[in-house]
Amino acid sequence: MAYTEEELKKELETKEYEYGFYTDIESDTLPKGLNEDIVIAISKKKNEPGWMTAWRLQAFQAWKEMEEPEWANVQYKKPDFQDISYYSAPNKKPKYNSLDEVDPELLETFEKLGISIEEQKKLAGVAVDIVMDSVSVATTFKETLAEKGIIFCSISEAIQEHPELVKKYLGTVVPQKDNFYAALNSAVFSDGSFCYIPKGVRCPMELSTYFRINQAGTGQFERTLVIADEGSYVSYLEGCTAPSRDENQLHAAVVELIALDNAEIKYSTVQNWFPGDKDGHGGVYNFVTKRGLCEKNAKISWTQVETGSAITWKYPSCVLKGDNSIGEFYSIAVTNNYQQADTGTKMIHLGKNTKSTIISKGISAGKSQNSYRGLVQVHSRADNARNFSQCDSLLMGNKCGAHTFPYIEAKNKSAQIEHEATTSKIGEDQIFYCNQRGIDTEKAIALIVNGFSKEVLNKLPMEFAVEAQKLLEISLEGSVG
Amino acid sequence: MAIDLKEKLVSSFMAFENKVNVDDPVHEIRLGAIKNFESRGFPTSKEEAWKYTSLRKLQKTNFSVFPKKSKTLEYKEVKKYFLHEIDTYKIVFVDGVYSSYLSETTHDGVDVCLMSSALSKAMYRQLIDLYFNKVASKEEQMTSLNTAFSREGAYIYIPRNKAPLKPIEIIHFATGTEASLMLQPRNLIIAEENAELQIIESHVSLTDNEILTNAVTEIFAAENAIVDFYKVQNDRHSSSLIDNTYIAQKSKSTVRVHTFSFGGKLTRNNLNFYQEGSHIDSTLKGVTIIGEKQHVDHHTLVHHQQPDSESHQDYKGIYGEKSTGVFNGKIIVDEIAQKTNAFQQNNNILISDKATINTKPQLEIFADDVKCSHGCTIGQLDDDAMFYLQSRGIPKKEATALLMYAFTDDVMSSVRIPELKNRINNLIAEKLGVKMGFDL
Repeated sequence: MAYTEEELKKELETKEYEYGFYTDIESDTLPKGLNEDIVIAISKKKNEPGWMTAWRLQAFQAWKEMEEPEWANVQYKKPDFQDISYYSAPNKKPKYNSLDEVDPELLETFEKLGISIEEQKKLAGVAVDIVMDSVSVATTFKETLAEKGIIFCSISEAIQEHPELVKKYLGTVVPQKDNFYAALNSAVFSDGSFCYIPKGVRCPMELSTYFRINQAGTGQFERTLVIADEGSYVSYLEGCTAPSRDENQLHAAVVELIALDNAEIKYSTVQNWFPGDKDGHGGVYNFVTKRGLCEKNAKISWTQVETGSAITWKYPSCVLKGDNSIGEFYSIAVTNNYQQADTGTKMIHLGKNTKSTIISKGISAGKSQNSYRGLVQVHSRADNARNFSQCDSLLMGNKCGAHTFPYIEAKNKSAQIEHEATTSKIGEDQIFYCNQRGIDTEKAIALIVNGFSKEVLNKLPMEFAVEAQKLLEISLEGSVG
Repeated sequence: MAIDLKEKLVSSFMAFENKVNVDDPVHEIRLGAIKNFESRGFPTSKEEAWKYTSLRKLQKTNFSVFPKKSKTLEYKEVKKYFLHEIDTYKIVFVDGVYSSYLSETTHDGVDVCLMSSALSKAMYRQLIDLYFNKVASKEEQMTSLNTAFSREGAYIYIPRNKAPLKPIEIIHFATGTEASLMLQPRNLIIAEENAELQIIESHVSLTDNEILTNAVTEIFAAENAIVDFYKVQNDRHSSSLIDNTYIAQKSKSTVRVHTFSFGGKLTRNNLNFYQEGSHIDSTLKGVTIIGEKQHVDHHTLVHHQQPDSESHQDYKGIYGEKSTGVFNGKIIVDEIAQKTNAFQQNNNILISDKATINTKPQLEIFADDVKCSHGCTIGQLDDDAMFYLQSRGIPKKEATALLMYAFTDDVMSSVRIPELKNRINNLIAEKLGVKMGFDL
């Protein structure tokens, strides 16, 4: 069968979001709008101590003064922040110890997603902290982790039970006033994950959180804080799917990673929120601030597969503060139809002998716009800093766009920085080569796209590979085998 | 308290109107431009395009807009600034005023003459209407400022199938009769079908009095035309230059611009190529070698608007002491510009811990069947190569200079006037503090 790029394009356009469904769960929702009372109400609902309420209010004050950023290469109707409900929690609390207690409707939801908890439990020791509309409802393997002294819980739980750690680290990497969306998140964050790995402990399993947006008109404001104490190691997975909905949903998460001396954090994300239909209606607005801080000899590695969201605005960054620290960023961003993505990374070299690697692969199809925006900054005291960046774009059709905005700032003479970028399409000769060897065009395209993104896919942990594969299939079905 | 430069310029415009023919159609253009400048003011570092270059300090200087005194220069005083080894046409300005004594213009088949006469004489009317201010930006503030005060500069018109007999030199001298002077030359270069020409432009201050030059050059290259433009920026450290160049190219034309930035306090090059046809070749190359507190900013734009064209960019920079280098190269490929081949490279060497380089190569691509690449490096000289040269008895300083020269070779090798190349080689040697010819 002759399968042409035209046909592939057509198929991509008509491909509907497979995982679009809506679970009917009663929820406890605050009225729409944002003011001091709402911030206090959120804090109260979560039974937070006074310092936390004060911290939120401080962020809210800062947010009021700030303006929504406009520099990103994306166009969208700005969300009305007074038309959003800032808190909703699934009604059936309290927490469960076993699956039998979990709301069967919820379990069904996960089954539809193909990530049922049963399966998860069996799968290679993945502990899952499922976030369903902002509040954790099920946590597994907690006991196993507790034995090693690892704390893995929701951030609201951490505020209650480990206030000293939260107080010490929250907002140290992404300050409340960092940017518009980070300030908003700091004021109203509903829940998220908290993870602490004690000194010298190597976390025996991949920690994983599945995020879901489920309530109509509910903004999702996740706050994640991962602390790897000296000499520890953790691999953290984050994956998201959202139900199909017409109205735009706002998501402004903040993720803070802290890698103390000799620690290593590997943070992998698969993002597949509703991208809007093929006419560009609906879809999630994803404005995320992710940043990690590396102390001496520490390493932070970000891997992301971005296939969803109508608008993505996301720059996972590394502050290489300690000497000999390492930052890595591996990304695949796929945009289709009317999706717009402005994503990339920041590598801030402060310490001596710091190293960073950036590999970014952008695939644009349909009428989408895909931008890479990165910053590599070498400060004057960062002797022997080393950076390698590569950003490749693959264009499918001539109605989409690929853009690169790499900023490189060097203030040290011993810095070695390389940046490369290419833009190309799937070559006819490449397809011909495959055809010649008996591989049909569909498989050939799959092979080429796979090869194009392989450097990044390889970085995903085994447990996550299946999910990543699934998500890529939705965005570029027929091209990924 | 010094008067704000913007206010001063806007109020000087009235005085300027007394000096030019306000009934001229060109004056409408000037009025529009001053209005734009008045409403937008000087660019600030808040604007993305001026993020790394601040004009704040310059705005605090009380620049004279019209020089009150004039000074004549003897040829022998300034001979060394000309490419005197070969015969050239010369268009020379002293403190912004045309010097017929030092110049050598022509109307023999081609027009190598003055903007002021092109703007005022009826015989040029048609071409001025067709080309003047057509490719230059009507939005960009510094360009608008120049357009508002446009009166003098070089006017070069090469008709079909013609080529001037020799290269054309454009030199702007500043004699320092004013404590600080602002100059705004405006050049227009038109190369008709199959025409070919070579231009060398330089700015020379003869004293340490402060100079701010805000220049605009428009170049039109018709089908099959070939334009070679060399900008030699080796002025004293008291002078600042904002050089805006706009180039419109038709099918099969070739335009090459080489920029050599060695001198000046603050240099900003805005080099914009608009490809309006197919099979066009655009070349943008530059060598920057600076030290002390110098600041050089290269802003390039290549806009591919039609299919099957090429562009090549290659900028090399060596930054010492407390100098700052900026490179921002933008390539835009329109939806219909399929089969575009756009290449961009920017290599930098920092030789001091106090030097800074900010680089931002930028691609905006809307067509799928294109080959676009950019590469950017910041690094040091190769230790092995240094060792190799030193082990063969070449002293460290000379070895360093040799390697640095080799680093600039991709740019130097495409300079097509041997005498000019030699001249620039000497400037590089001087800049690197060695006595070498590099013509090995």
